[in-house]
Amino acid sequence: MKSYAETAGAVEVADTAVVRGPNSVVVRLSVNGTFRNILVEPRVSLLDALRDRLDLTGTKKGCNQGACGACTVWVDKRRVLACLTLAITCETREVTTIEGLSDGVDLHPMQSAFVSQDAFQCGYCTPGQIMSAVAFLAEGHAADDDAIREWMSGNICRCAAYPNIRAAIRQVRDEAGTGGPDATG
Amino acid sequence: MSPVLGAALDRVDGRAKVTGAARYSGELNLPNLAHAVLVGARVPSGRIIGIDCRQASVADGVHTVLTHLDLPRVAAQPKLFPSLAGLTAHGQSFFPMQDDVVHYAGQPIAVVVADTVERAEYAGSLVQVNYAETPSATLLDQVRDQAYEPQRIFGGLVPGRNPDRGDPESGLRDAELTLDLTYRFAANHQNPLEMSTTTAVWDDLDRLTLYDSTQGPTATQLSVAELLGLPPTRIRVVSHFVGGSFGAKALIWPHVTLTALAARQVGRPVRLTLSRDQMFHSCGHREEQEQRIRLGADRNGRLAALTHDKISLTSHFDDWAETSLESPAITYAAPNYAGGYRLARGNTITPTFTRGPGEATGMFALESAMDELAHTIGIDPVELRLRNHADVDPDTGKPWSSKGLRECYQRGAELFGWAGRDPAPGTRWEGRWQIGTGMATAAYPVAAPISPQRARARMYIDGSVVVEAGISEFGTGALTAMTQVAADGLGLPVDRVRFVGGTTDLPNVAAAVGSAGSGATSSPVHLACTQLRDQLVRQAVADQHSPLHGADPAAVVVRDGRMCLRDRPEVGETYAELLGRNHIPDVETVGTWMPVLAPMTDYAMHTFGAQFAEVAVDADLGLVRVRRLVGVFAPGRILNRKTAHSQLMGGMLWGLSQALLEATRMDPNTGRWANASLADYLVPVNADVPEITIDTIEVPDPVVNPLGVKGVGEIGIVGTSAAIANAVHHATGRRIRHLPITVEDLL
Repeated sequence: MKSYAETAGAVEVADTAVVRGPNSVVVRLSVNGTFRNILVEPRVSLLDALRDRLDLTGTKKGCNQGACGACTVWVDKRRVLACLTLAITCETREVTTIEGLSDGVDLHPMQSAFVSQDAFQCGYCTPGQIMSAVAFLAEGHAADDDAIREWMSGNICRCAAYPNIRAAIRQVRDEAGTGGPDATG
Repeated sequence: MSPVLGAALDRVDGRAKVTGAARYSGELNLPNLAHAVLVGARVPSGRIIGIDCRQASVADGVHTVLTHLDLPRVAAQPKLFPSLAGLTAHGQSFFPMQDDVVHYAGQPIAVVVADTVERAEYAGSLVQVNYAETPSATLLDQVRDQAYEPQRIFGGLVPGRNPDRGDPESGLRDAELTLDLTYRFAANHQNPLEMSTTTAVWDDLDRLTLYDSTQGPTATQLSVAELLGLPPTRIRVVSHFVGGSFGAKALIWPHVTLTALAARQVGRPVRLTLSRDQMFHSCGHREEQEQRIRLGADRNGRLAALTHDKISLTSHFDDWAETSLESPAITYAAPNYAGGYRLARGNTITPTFTRGPGEATGMFALESAMDELAHTIGIDPVELRLRNHADVDPDTGKPWSSKGLRECYQRGAELFGWAGRDPAPGTRWEGRWQIGTGMATAAYPVAAPISPQRARARMYIDGSVVVEAGISEFGTGALTAMTQVAADGLGLPVDRVRFVGGTTDLPNVAAAVGSAGSGATSSPVHLACTQLRDQLVRQAVADQHSPLHGADPAAVVVRDGRMCLRDRPEVGETYAELLGRNHIPDVETVGTWMPVLAPMTDYAMHTFGAQFAEVAVDADLGLVRVRRLVGVFAPGRILNRKTAHSQLMGGMLWGLSQALLEATRMDPNTGRWANASLADYLVPVNADVPEITIDTIEVPDPVVNPLGVKGVGEIGIVGTSAAIANAVHHATGRRIRHLPITVEDLL
């Protein structure tokens, strides 16, 4: 087994044959534009890495089975379920979580719309809903109600704020004009 | 009252929730934190004849593995008691890991503590258990013949039989028309999105802090104190944000105390989070049940008699049934009535509260039966309900403290476009879709805690205010609504008020359950704030340096933090000026509200509403699509129009879900739930949900509590499932008498 120092360069290349684990290894993640090194076993999910190791608890754990969507984050600007993604597979990729969506002062338009449309109650599914909603618009899908209902059906809201979630997405769509904003940019 | 009360204010915790900054109970980053996982029994009945923890104990990172062989014994046998009482609130009268007996699948049999959650989960899989299995019963049909009439249910608070009214049997015998209908209900699980989680931290003085996902921090405190044999002074509970509950976190279940015991054992903070699978086995559920309704009526639809009997599957420890009979007993002016519960024991955790506890099923039965009656007689369903409207409580003859139901029917029918409905079933087609409409009455009791409720208001020298009560925020919008109540009571803008809840350090309010939370919290908050206002006004008129000196306190009003004469508003001063001039850093009051309970008053207290639904049923595939829902409710005063409407909407969608999706299926061969995951237990997703129209009829209620708040948490779910099932009948001519209604029923 090679040390992390030996593999540091290698992980830049896909399909590297380097064996790491099963013991803890240093995993280098870029999260919200900042590089962070964590010492974790390769079996650690991106979700647990974010929540338990990086103290980024905005990404939620609702089922740990890929069924609820609460852990939705972006990896290289694509939506993924962090509970079904191993942290170690995200090296060399850019991970974006709800904490990275706004600059900490001004809310992202989707965050503002969720507040003004009351698109949540307990708030536990909300980060995942917002990460899905922003990506959905940015991907350029037709943002009519039918499309919103379909594309947003991977995120369960047990408080059932769904009509208000649709209203929030419509609000952002309309404020940004046609085609949707490049919201992930 | 100022306009702030009822205003559609955005949630004060909205920013924290949309940025991920809101910390839920399982999200504290503590030094030396260890992680615990539960190991649950794989069998529903038997004894543990061998439990081998050797492999688990030596797995990487493991601190300890606890079983019934080494777990310290709890100090008391828990006793089930609903948390609304404000006392200990154990979910069941059984605590696991005290001996080798297994009563239900999923019952905790080991706790593994390790340095990471991955290592704890892996070590948990290494615990080897041998069982001597004994025959089990996990379905109502397996034990129906052993059913009994309990003396009391619901922790002893509700009699097993409702008192009879009149002579129901002769009422039925003499009626021109009778219906005898039986309704079956699948078990349901609450499935809040946040799984129950507890973090236990002991300090050097043997004091315990619990970060717990709970509907009532004090309920956790008192329940754990009893089990550990500690005074409540040694236990502090923190619960700021809770990721939904719907009853799953209303009572206190064994995992909370097990976490505390594990943390004491390993000498470091321990966090235990139930897995989604364990959420199906660890915090109760809506029980599998069956209800029989008999209606006797005359040819005009006037009810002569109603009987309502229910049989439920309960645990070996408790006489539990959700209280389904209360609202149906008083919804209509039937002169003759009887109703009672029967129970049969099985290998299950004690069932518990699930949103709309009791009424969600009981009113489905009654309102489905009323629809059959309307159809049989050939009168409009709304008209049938108006003919049987209960002008007074039919049980006690007392007037209602407030009602508004006729207005709900009328407004709902207008919003829905009910007038002119063709009653014939199975006649409207759009392509291959059959279209139907239905309606139902919603009813839910106005409950209140039985103990004094407290809140504290403290004004600082600059005139800003902190108001505190020990509630948790689990999605109700309580933090926002209470900010408004405080601002109204003090005459302050909302941005000068901060409402704080979430710990047992604060004045005690009972767990927010049974739609009683808004009344139980707003009342002491209102009292604390108005007392503080009155105290400062009295101080001002007694202060010779105040422009208000010598004025009659009753002539002083407060607007925007400024006390002034009602008739001469130019005469006055701000709170801050009064406090600053007198060098008073802060001033504080505690408001105490002694709840009004129905037997103490000359009034009956209940919340009502009306539900309307339109469905389309695919004639080839049996798919049901709810096209629209209209709900109009009369829940007394609304504290925040935006959050209240959201809660009502959520409730109605729970009703949709109850009607068409939710069922936890028991596999009687294994004695385990067969679909214990969010992929297999169906809940609505965005695509299932139509647009929903909600309105409220605000009827003043001077009886229930100081602000006339009756609550909106449950009433939205009640009746929705019946309106949908009635619409399915209208669409297809098929009467489905069980929930959920699935494709198979309509093929």
